[in-house]
Amino acid sequence: MSRSSRSRPRWTALLLIPLLFAAVAGLQTRIDSEMGSLTQLGDDLFLRSPSAIKTVSLGYESLLSDIYWTRTVQYYGGRFATEGATFPLLWPLLDITTTLDPQMIIAYRFGAIFLSESGTGGAGRPDLAVELVKRGIRSNPDDWRLNTDLGFLYYWRLRDYPSSASAFLDGSNKPNAPPWMKVMAARVAQKGGSLDTARMIWSEIYESNKDPKIRERALETLRGLRAEEDMQQLNLLADEYQKRSGRYPASVSDLRSAGLIAAIPVDPDGYPYLFEPDGKAALDPRSPVVIPKEIKTPPTPGHY
Amino acid sequence: MSTAPLPVALNTFREAVRDRVLYNLVFFALLMMGAAILVGQISIGIDRLVIINLGLSAISLIGLVMAIFIGVGLVSKEIEKRTLYSLLARPIRRWEFLLGKYAGLVLTLVVNTAFMTIGLAAALFYVGRPLVPTDLLILVAVYFILLELALVTALALFFSCFSSPMLSTLFTVGIYITGCFAGDIRAFGELTRNPAMKILTRVISYLVPNFHNFNVIAFAAHGQRIPFSLVGHNTLYAVLYVALLLIAASAVFSTRNLK
Amino acid sequence: MSMPAIEIVGLTKDYTVGFWSKRVRRSLDNLTLAVEDGEIFGFLGPNGAGKTTTLKLLTGLIFPTSGTARVRGRSIDDISMHREIGYLPEQPYFYDYLTARELLDYYARFSTYSSQDRRERVSQLLERVGLASAADVQLRKYSKGMLQRAGIAQAILHEPQVVFLDEPMSGLDPVGRHEVRDIILELKKQGRTVFFSTHILSDAEMLCDRVAVLAAGKLQGVGAPGDIVSLEVHTMDILFELRPGQDLPPGIAHKITRIGARCHVEVPEHELYAVLDELRRSEARLLSVLPVRPTLEDYFLRLVGTEGAVSRGVEVTTT
Repeated sequence: MSRSSRSRPRWTALLLIPLLFAAVAGLQTRIDSEMGSLTQLGDDLFLRSPSAIKTVSLGYESLLSDIYWTRTVQYYGGRFATEGATFPLLWPLLDITTTLDPQMIIAYRFGAIFLSESGTGGAGRPDLAVELVKRGIRSNPDDWRLNTDLGFLYYWRLRDYPSSASAFLDGSNKPNAPPWMKVMAARVAQKGGSLDTARMIWSEIYESNKDPKIRERALETLRGLRAEEDMQQLNLLADEYQKRSGRYPASVSDLRSAGLIAAIPVDPDGYPYLFEPDGKAALDPRSPVVIPKEIKTPPTPGHY
Repeated sequence: MSTAPLPVALNTFREAVRDRVLYNLVFFALLMMGAAILVGQISIGIDRLVIINLGLSAISLIGLVMAIFIGVGLVSKEIEKRTLYSLLARPIRRWEFLLGKYAGLVLTLVVNTAFMTIGLAAALFYVGRPLVPTDLLILVAVYFILLELALVTALALFFSCFSSPMLSTLFTVGIYITGCFAGDIRAFGELTRNPAMKILTRVISYLVPNFHNFNVIAFAAHGQRIPFSLVGHNTLYAVLYVALLLIAASAVFSTRNLK
Repeated sequence: MSMPAIEIVGLTKDYTVGFWSKRVRRSLDNLTLAVEDGEIFGFLGPNGAGKTTTLKLLTGLIFPTSGTARVRGRSIDDISMHREIGYLPEQPYFYDYLTARELLDYYARFSTYSSQDRRERVSQLLERVGLASAADVQLRKYSKGMLQRAGIAQAILHEPQVVFLDEPMSGLDPVGRHEVRDIILELKKQGRTVFFSTHILSDAEMLCDRVAVLAAGKLQGVGAPGDIVSLEVHTMDILFELRPGQDLPPGIAHKITRIGARCHVEVPEHELYAVLDELRRSEARLLSVLPVRPTLEDYFLRLVGTEGAVSRGVEVTTT
């Protein structure tokens, strides 16, 4: 074949091939969204047994665990805050990930927060979360952060203060454990549930975690705790107002006129607080701040 | 348009038959029978699920093995055995030869898969008659498997045009595995902070054939509807990518000097 | 003057050898040649001379580095040219899972035969090359000779005007070679052009109208076979038998090869009668005196031996 008649088909190929790649990539995005909506409706992990997967992985557990971790994050992120979201596969995914790589701390920490959270933010299974974190502690006995998570779970989700205190205490003895853990153990043992303690625990979760979702959750909760604190404070002031004037304040400016506060307080998202007809402080309905439900339903009346 | 690819395709099919490739069907039949009987004994409501999952996975895996191992030899074997010499002296263009070899293997895969699907249906019937309308989803899953096999075959053929069977197998299997995890690679990239990594993973994940597009085995097993648009898009995807690979193969092979 | 069947102009083929150094090996150097319609043309040369390279270039299996060629007026780039050519590769291999009949039927499908015609044509060919009885046996069971016949069959199956044969006699017993020679002559009678390569001079002598001689990728000369042979200095081969108890005749200076009582000696033509006299004196029993036909190999060893000089005596004849 002469050089020229050989090169002509080559040039056509050189032109066509990138075009085809572009077309294929464009199609792929469409297919991705279709597959994504499919999986929303009905997931399945074909192999659910972690030990089976471990056997099948033929020594590539580490890589597979990375892949499962990525899927876990995708799974959670894809469903988070959608209407009526549930997370039936979150536990199996985390179970598999940590079986394949027992040293994947991030997976335990993620599970601690989101497996235990109820509603549209999590799987609502604090029991599984505890199991997961305990497994993590067994495999990583020197990691104090997991004790933070265990302490958190017992305290916040399960209201089991003695267990929480001992989790913090155990953690405080681990290498590089920060001094506040001993403090926390003592506080929880003494005071049980309190806003202060809760705020300390969530602050620690924020500080010691790098995962953006966990940090976001922590900040949200802290804002809610802050608001609750503010409102409790406002309720005290309202009681005082009632003592003085015989009725409860209609709005926060009443308090200001009465000289009980200097300025109109706003919640962590900038919305002013207001009073309900029954005289209790409340959030502005437009405010995105959410009071954690763990606070709203106290185990013993009058004491949170 | 000459009909030169046709006799090549039919001869490729004939070669597969004579090479006793289709004996894999016996293995498959035994597998399905064994599973059906075993599952029938257990019978805790997931028998149909297991049969469908197992059957479709086996169809996919066996097809894959065939596509790769025969595919990588499609061209290289003819060159090594010198059978190509007397063929190319005839009025057949090089791309027509490639197309014929490709079509022949795809035909073999289609026939093989068809028989296996019948076997699967039989096992399903044995285990849980009557058959429900959602079982038609199995056909969609099989169709997707065929699309996947067509893509893998094209990949193997492409490598067969210039590298040895062993290297071609490595490349093909490597790209297949990468393609299965293309979605994960993309997600991985989104998690990193390194912008170079982000771009690299993105590019790779789109260029590589995304084989996970075709995996709807779980959905078929659970009787979950598969949108028509996905069928259309996947078909188009497979067609375009196969065309890409065949054009590339043709470009490489048309100027190759045969030793 | 009618159009040449094969017209080659400046055909060159280079191969790059070595991974890093990229040396260039020129396996065909500027070949220019024309073969007339209806000729039997022999392409001669030692192994490695570039004969097979030329054939592969002409049949489109490899691509030239430079130069052009036309067959029956069509460029070798043109796929339709292939309708008119048939090719027997060196040491052919075929799909061993097919029978000869199936193989020919397969190849015939690349031409436009009706299924009836195709069947008939295939049967005819099998008959012609002597494979009718083994037609339905798988090729993997064929001997080398049978494969060669199958190869020839597929080369001429579609009645091509130009037939390229690479070492058609190889692997054949004397009967087979005779048959192939018959087929080649028959092709010529049908008005077809036959271009075949060989390194055996006697075959070329017997069949070819003209020959071209190739060595180390270069054309050494073209002409009628007799032109090449006639310049050879003949050696004579004497076969004689010693009487029982007799020793080797003393007066013979040349090397005698002896097996038992039988002896061979090769002597230059001009010393023939002197040696014969010596044998007569020793009363050895003379069995035969034959000229030693040089193979082309010897011819070229001598050619290349004289510092690679081209034999001046070979004419380059043009039509």
